[in-house]
Amino acid sequence: MKVNQVAACRGDSRPARGLSASLVLLSLLSGGTPAAADTLYVTLEKDNALAVVDGAAGKLVKTAKIGKRPRGIVLSRDGQQLYVATSDDDVIQIIDADSLRKVGTLPSGDDPETFAMDPEGKFLYVSNEDDNLVTVIDIAKRAKVKSIPVGVEPEGIAVSPDGQWVASTSETTNMVHWIDRAKLEVVDNTLVDPRPRAASFTADSKQLWVTSEIAGVLLVLDVATRQVIKRIGFKIPGVTAEKIQPVGIRIDPQRRYGYIALGPANRVAVIDAAKLEVVDYLLVGQRVWNLEFSPDYARLYTTNGVSNDISLIELPEHRVTKSVAVGNYPWGVVARP
Amino acid sequence: MGCPTAASRSAPCPRASGLAVLRTRVFQGLLLAVSVVLLLGPADGAWARKRNAADKTASAAKAPAQAAQPAVAVKLGFLTASVTEGVGPFFDPIPPDLGVQGARLAIGDNNTTGQFTGQRFELTEVVLEAQADPLPAFENLLQQGIEYVLVNLPAEHIVALQRSVGSRQVLVFDVASRDDRLRAEDCAGDVLHTLPSHAMLADALGQYLLQKRWMKWFLVVGSAPGDALFAAAVERSAKRFGAKIAVRKPWEHSFDDRRTPASEVPVFTQGVDYDVLVVADEQGAFGDELSYRTWLPRPVVGTQGLVAAGWHPVHEAWGAIQLQHRFREKAGRGMREVDYGAWLAVRAIGEAATRVRSVQFAAIRDYVLSDTFALAGFKGVPLSFRSWDRQLRQPVLLAQPRALVAVAPVEGIIHPKNELDTLGYDESESGCRLSR
Repeated sequence: MKVNQVAACRGDSRPARGLSASLVLLSLLSGGTPAAADTLYVTLEKDNALAVVDGAAGKLVKTAKIGKRPRGIVLSRDGQQLYVATSDDDVIQIIDADSLRKVGTLPSGDDPETFAMDPEGKFLYVSNEDDNLVTVIDIAKRAKVKSIPVGVEPEGIAVSPDGQWVASTSETTNMVHWIDRAKLEVVDNTLVDPRPRAASFTADSKQLWVTSEIAGVLLVLDVATRQVIKRIGFKIPGVTAEKIQPVGIRIDPQRRYGYIALGPANRVAVIDAAKLEVVDYLLVGQRVWNLEFSPDYARLYTTNGVSNDISLIELPEHRVTKSVAVGNYPWGVVARP
Repeated sequence: MGCPTAASRSAPCPRASGLAVLRTRVFQGLLLAVSVVLLLGPADGAWARKRNAADKTASAAKAPAQAAQPAVAVKLGFLTASVTEGVGPFFDPIPPDLGVQGARLAIGDNNTTGQFTGQRFELTEVVLEAQADPLPAFENLLQQGIEYVLVNLPAEHIVALQRSVGSRQVLVFDVASRDDRLRAEDCAGDVLHTLPSHAMLADALGQYLLQKRWMKWFLVVGSAPGDALFAAAVERSAKRFGAKIAVRKPWEHSFDDRRTPASEVPVFTQGVDYDVLVVADEQGAFGDELSYRTWLPRPVVGTQGLVAAGWHPVHEAWGAIQLQHRFREKAGRGMREVDYGAWLAVRAIGEAATRVRSVQFAAIRDYVLSDTFALAGFKGVPLSFRSWDRQLRQPVLLAQPRALVAVAPVEGIIHPKNELDTLGYDESESGCRLSR
C-alpha cells in the first residue's frame, strides 16, 4: 500500500487505520478537519431506481423508483437538483435532491446515456448513442438548443473547466470530436484506440483523458494540439488482458492522482497524474464502471455493475474500506455535500 | 441450398416483404438484376423501409471543414443467393434481406466516420437466383472496379469464386459459411471468414460442457449436408475436451407417419446412458422437437436448445444492445448472424481505411491482415483475422432462446497466445497454410 505522506495530512484526520503515529500527528498539526458528511445518489440501471447512500457512514438510506433504465447522473451546481438520464424513457429527468420527486424533464433526444454540464451549470451536453448526435440543452428553458452530428455511437462526453471545449467520444468511429462551445460545431477530430468510453479534462483544462475499452488503455491528449501525448496500459498479475476494460475516470483537482475504473478486472488503477504512470491497483467490486469523489476529496466511490454494490476508497491512503450493496446494476454516482 | 446459413434459428422477426416482392418481379431470368448503390442518406430510395432521424440529420450535416476535400469512394459488393420462400417456421421466416441489412448498416457507420476522414463507402447489392452460377455476377462486380466482395453463398460457389480471382486485386469476405473446409484444404489468402466455423461453434459448446462436467454426449445428426459437418466438429471437440460420444444416431425422418414426436423421441433416446443430447440440425427440421421428450430428463444443446452462435438476439453486453437497437431501427427486424457477419466485414474495411488514412487497396488489405488490426465487434475483446486461415477470431455466444448462458472461451480455458484461439483450428492444427 502506497501512502503519500504529504497528501495524508491534507484535510483528513479520521482515525488513521494502519497509518503510523507520526502521520497522525502530522495530520493533526496540519489542522485537518473531520470528514464531512455527504449524500450519494446512485442510478440503478436494472431496478429503474435511484439509491441514496450516506457516504461518510457507508450506509444505504433509501431507494426510489425514478424511470426506465437510469444511467448518467449529474448534480446541479446549487446541489438542489439531480439530472438523471432515464434512457428507455428518452428523457433526462429533473429530480429534487431532497424529496426525490420528479420536478420536470429535459428533452434529451433518444436514448440518452452520458451527459456533461458546463462550468456555469446552464447547459447539458448529451450523447445520443443511437442517433450519432450530441444534443445541447438549455436547463433553465428546458429546451433543446442544437443537435450536433458526431461519429457512430457517441459515448463519453466532457466539458473543459475553462468552458472552451466539449469533447465527445464515439465508440464505433473511434474518435474524439472536439466541439467548440462558442460555435457549437465540431472543429477537430482525433483518432483514438478502439471503443473510447469515458472522457475527462484535467482541472486546468490542459489535458483530456480518454479510456479505450477494447485496447485496454488510457490515452492522455494535449488540449492545445489535440494530439495523444501518452498511452498508458495496465498489467495486473493474474488478470488476463481481455478483462482489463477501462471505463470511468476521475482526476483530482491538483492533478496529483487520476483514477481509472477497469471494468471486469474489478480494479481501480491509480495513476500518478504528473508522471502519467500507474502506481497502484485497488481491488473493488465486480465490473467497476464509474467513479466519483466525495465533495471534500476524502473518499472515492465506485459503482460495481455485476456485484451490485459500491466500493468506498479512503483517500489519500488508497485503501478500499467498505462495500455497500445498493441494488441491481449500479451505473452512475454523484456526491452531494 | 436455398438456405446456406444456420441463421434459421435466430429470433422471430417481422417479415420484410418489400425486398421479396421487388425481387420476384425483377428476377425472371437467370441472374443478377438489381444493383443498387447505397450511400449514406436518402440514396437507397425505394428499399428504405424506415429511415431514422439520425440518418437524415447525418446526411444533411455538412462535413467538418478539415475533411472537405472530395472523398474517394471505397467500393464494396454484396453477392447473395436469394432465399427460398417458405423456409423457416411461420413465426420465424428467413428474411429476404438477410445479411444485406447488416452490410447497409455498416456502410452507414463507415460513412458517418467518413465525414471526419474524407472517405466514402458504396455498396452494390446483387441477388442471385438460388443455385445460380455466381461467376458472371462476380466478374461484373470486378469490372465495375469493386475490390471488396461480401458473399453469402454455398461453400462450393465460394471455392469457384476464389479460383477465378487469380492475381487480381480483390478481397472476398465470406460472411455466412460455417464450413471448415473453406478454412482448411480449400482456404485462400484473399478469402476472409467473419462468422465462427463449425469447429469454433462446437468447441464453444465443448468448453461449456466441460465446465459443467457433462461429459457423456448423445449425438443426433440430421440429414442436411451441414449437419454432418457440424457433427464431425462435435466429435472433434469431444476428443479435444475429453468428452465421450456415448452414441451417434442419425435422425432420418423415416418413421411411421402415425407416430408423433411425443412417442418417437422417447424411443429414439431410450437405452443410452448420457448427460446431454447434442443435436446437429442446421435447418431446424427436427431439433426443436427433442427438448422435454427424451426418455431420460436431459438437456438439449447444439443447433437447438443451448446454441452456440456468433450473434444472438439476447446479446446485450459490451454495448451490443446499441447495435441491436440501431439494426432494428434501420431494418425493421432483429439482427441475425449473417447480418452480423456482413456488418463485421464492412466495418473491417472501414476500420482499416480510418487507421491507415487511405483508401488504397494494398494499404487496407495489409492492415486488415496485420497483427495491429483490432476490430470492435461488441464482444468485449478486439477481433482480428487468424494469419493461418483468415478466420476472424472472436468469442462465441452460448444462448438459449431468451437468455445468454455463457460466452466462450469459458473461464479457465487458457492458451499461450490468445484465448480466442482455443476455439476452432489453432495454427498448429490448421489444414491451411497462408503466408501474408
